Amino acid sequence: MYRYDSFDQSIVAQRVAQFRDQTRRFLAGQLSEDEFRPLRLQNGLYVQKHAPMLRVAIPYGLLSSPQLRRLAHIARTFDRGYGHFTTRQNIQFNWPQLEDVPDILAELAEVEMHAIQTSGNCIRNTTSDPYAGVAGDELIDPRPWSELVRQWSTLHPEFAFLPRKFKIAVTGATADRVAILVHDIGAQAVRNAAGETGFRVAVGGGQGRTPIIGQVIREFLPGAELLNYFDAILRVYNRFGRRDNKYKARIKILVKEMTPPEFTRRVEAEWDRLRGGPGSVPPAEIARLAAHFADPPYRDLPRASLAYRAALADSRPFSQWASRNVVAHKRTGYAIVTLSLKKTGVPPGDATATQMDAIADLADRYSFGELRVTHEQNLVFADVLQADLYDLWTRLKTQGLATPNIGLLTDIVCCPGGDFCSLANAKSIPIAEAIQRRFDDLDYLHDLGAIELNMSGCMNACGHHHVGNIGILGVDKNGAEWYQISLGGAQGFKASLGKVIGPSFAAAEVPGVIEAIIAAYVEWRHPDEAFIDTLRRIGIDPFKERVYAPAH
Amino acid sequence: MPRLIKDGAVVDDRWTLLPEAYSLTDLPERGAVIVPFALWAAERGALRARGDVGVLLAPENDPADLGSDLAALPVIAVDFPQFTDGRGYSTARLLRERHRYAGELRAVGDVLRDQLYAMAECGFDAFVVREDRDADAALAGLADFDGVYAPTARSPQPWFRRRDDAAATDVWYPQL
Repeated sequence: MYRYDSFDQSIVAQRVAQFRDQTRRFLAGQLSEDEFRPLRLQNGLYVQKHAPMLRVAIPYGLLSSPQLRRLAHIARTFDRGYGHFTTRQNIQFNWPQLEDVPDILAELAEVEMHAIQTSGNCIRNTTSDPYAGVAGDELIDPRPWSELVRQWSTLHPEFAFLPRKFKIAVTGATADRVAILVHDIGAQAVRNAAGETGFRVAVGGGQGRTPIIGQVIREFLPGAELLNYFDAILRVYNRFGRRDNKYKARIKILVKEMTPPEFTRRVEAEWDRLRGGPGSVPPAEIARLAAHFADPPYRDLPRASLAYRAALADSRPFSQWASRNVVAHKRTGYAIVTLSLKKTGVPPGDATATQMDAIADLADRYSFGELRVTHEQNLVFADVLQADLYDLWTRLKTQGLATPNIGLLTDIVCCPGGDFCSLANAKSIPIAEAIQRRFDDLDYLHDLGAIELNMSGCMNACGHHHVGNIGILGVDKNGAEWYQISLGGAQGFKASLGKVIGPSFAAAEVPGVIEAIIAAYVEWRHPDEAFIDTLRRIGIDPFKERVYAPAH
Repeated sequence: MPRLIKDGAVVDDRWTLLPEAYSLTDLPERGAVIVPFALWAAERGALRARGDVGVLLAPENDPADLGSDLAALPVIAVDFPQFTDGRGYSTARLLRERHRYAGELRAVGDVLRDQLYAMAECGFDAFVVREDRDADAALAGLADFDGVYAPTARSPQPWFRRRDDAAATDVWYPQL
């Protein structure tokens, strides 16, 4: 993975020093609350219900075992012994003290980590494919490009105070594992007719209170021009994006109000002045970055592991886990493993310091000391020998990390909600748990197959409810917590937004509503038809009728 | 005399900023003044004849609209009505990099220590720190970082072309 050089290290160290001084001036009354707020937000520090919340960047979701151990240490020393992995591949600590934050940042800097631009109206942490470099369906490895974007966006002086936050996702694969069309910019590697590799660029996607699917504004951008083109997009946004109303300040609103053709024309005109200039990325720079992501020393294996095949036949729990949590690797004899952070009774995405240390040890032992965070709030070991899978599974089980539910109904994507977040209208964690408890029959869950259930505690949509096959949104009705259900959302290159099915429900009703929806699916599905496909085939009305049918 | 940060030091400011000047009659008899873009656009002939006049750009003003006047302007002030309004950063880069403006470029308005570094990278060389804040203390903000990765007005070569191991052919020369 990418290792800092002295320049990277000095930038992070200087940011720590700057923030330490900003915190000191705030505590000394030399910076007002209004002046300090944007500064602390640009360093990932919110003031939440119970305490400040610190969001730490995990660039494009990639972590080394020493970094994870440091996160565990921070959780133990400065927090209450756990952390929360987010839908943007970051980690959040819910209980730090403001006075401690500079020291936490210094601890992070020692392991080449930071909290720069994890919040605030600036370019946020770039997200990418958790299977980068190991999936079999890649045109290019997105990691060198993601690192290029990370560096360019870090402290980019022109875009320090955008109208609103700005999220970029990059993928090099032919399947979408980054929700590319619900980002401010989504860059997807493509090949043109001449066989050259570049990017298809979509702009203006996003969730939040006005969910919109991104518009492709350029079908093919030469890779060398990626940063110039991003500069052009950001400059048009920075100059013309709305600043009069924070709810209309995202780039998606600008694209819509300006119209996509006019927005595209302005971006292209701006790019025309930048293209070929100093921001063009020389092939040598991409090669330099790519060298950081060279394959680990894989063994050359002639065939898939026979021991693995035997274990699959021997143990039903193991094969059940493997069927959901293990996917094919580009190399023969290796596998990609997802560690589920969706065990019933544990808030989705949470991991304790003890688990983090154990995961770091397992990563050293089984996956070359690296892991990835997924935007679905799970963790991935990207390079596991098939022959080691059974051992790994038994060890993961003892840590509660082997729940065989990846992609299933109980693999719920969920924000921290009203238990922690001061923005939330309603709690989300207890609802997730109630649904997980209702669907506790593993065989039934596996039979239902892939169903994405996403939940957000408010319309800011941190739980990505708009792109859940089933979406749950917490709403406030006269001070009470209610839940609105939507159906038909999906991520992917054919992303769609869910449609609200009708009036909202009280918390206690939600598991029953999900049950009714699932029962309807089971009744109407064709053999081997996934939930989303049944939904797309018959529409949401039959589900609506089932949910709102008068009780017998 | 009011003071400002210029070229890394706190110095006396001989310019008077007149954000509320709507006509020539709003100007003092003599002295160096900075007038709003609208007044400049309406009275450019008279103002050029007067000499010692600079222009104040609001965030929504397009620097391209200064046209051929740019080269002759001794000072351009860019207003930051709130420090969180970042449009002025783009204005500065456009002035420096696209329009090759070489005169004094000053940040005015809600100008605070913690934004000076980014402003300097974008091409500002003068800063009128908000009057309730100490300009001498704010000077430290200019040294918050040693550099950034992206190409900027101050450092048009991005870091990947400046690094020691960048190939010589990677250095970009402006096409004349």
